[in-house]
Amino acid sequence: MVTAVTSFGRSGLSDWLVQRVSGVILLAWFLCVGASLLGGVDYASWKAMFEHTAMKIFTLLAILSLAAHAWIGMWSVGTDYLTQRLMGPVGNVLRLAFQIACSLVVFVYVIWGIQILWG
Amino acid sequence: MLQVSIYRYNPETDSEPYMQEVQVDTGGKDLMVLDVMEMIKAQDATFSYRRSCREGVCGSDGVNMNGVNGLACITPLSERVSDNKLVLRPLPGLPVIRDLVVDMSLFYAQYEKIEPYLQNDTPAPAIERLQSPEDRARLDGLYECILCACCSTSCPSFWWNPDRFIGPAGLLQAYRFLADSRDTATDARLSKLDDPFSVFRCHGIQNCVNVCPKGLNPTRAIGHIRNMLLARAT
Repeated sequence: MVTAVTSFGRSGLSDWLVQRVSGVILLAWFLCVGASLLGGVDYASWKAMFEHTAMKIFTLLAILSLAAHAWIGMWSVGTDYLTQRLMGPVGNVLRLAFQIACSLVVFVYVIWGIQILWG
Repeated sequence: MLQVSIYRYNPETDSEPYMQEVQVDTGGKDLMVLDVMEMIKAQDATFSYRRSCREGVCGSDGVNMNGVNGLACITPLSERVSDNKLVLRPLPGLPVIRDLVVDMSLFYAQYEKIEPYLQNDTPAPAIERLQSPEDRARLDGLYECILCACCSTSCPSFWWNPDRFIGPAGLLQAYRFLADSRDTATDARLSKLDDPFSVFRCHGIQNCVNVCPKGLNPTRAIGHIRNMLLARAT
């Protein structure tokens, strides 16, 4: 058992499952938006689509999925390449800084997304 | 003449590894790579590598041949050589002791982690623990592993985290005991694997399947472990 306190769910299985489910949600959202784009949109119809409560909730779900998906993915990348094994002790500093930076970016995207949807 | 480029490194005399160019007369025969290595060693006795059974059973001579891991003793030149050029390197990702000899400690440490022995807390029967032919069949494709390390050392996840990711060889054996009807430690075994590194560093790129000299499929075994964890925890 390897200890990891900065992973998304503290469990390999949980992170794996969240990443798969969030991936499916993101695919569904992009297909939905893609389909409406293919049908042709103008400003009025685009605005009307996102004013619909169901679309707002679906988009919020997609944003939260993106946040979880991105965190799990970036955490994996960081713990692969920014490590003491590969870079010496500086790897630990860089990895933690990278994780904090990623979590801030994810946080900003979530708040920004909510503001766009309901602001 | 076959052009052979071999990785040389003797920590006692070399400041860093280098590639040595050697020409070998194969007499036009489709030799095994190990035969070529033996011919080189006959010319230069300082050239070092591991070998033992020379028939793909012991798993000693796992090396990287033209960029692909495999057992030198059962790899014919025709399978790997193009343009009459053979490049021999040690298995990637493990510390080099000398020439093609690598330090397998990390690999064995991961194997040790999965407790590769039968655990059964019920009283031992008078003669032996029996298994139905169907239960025995579930171990096919798992028990044949010879621990040559060709798979784990071809896996990038193992290169980056050899101390935390168990690697394909260890996980294939982990599933060999998880799938064994005579083993009663399944739950405890699974509990030790449910972290973000031990199993879940596998991203399914199947390099392990591609290089296994015994034709085994560690990726499928890892999938089974994941399903067992999923069934238990959801």
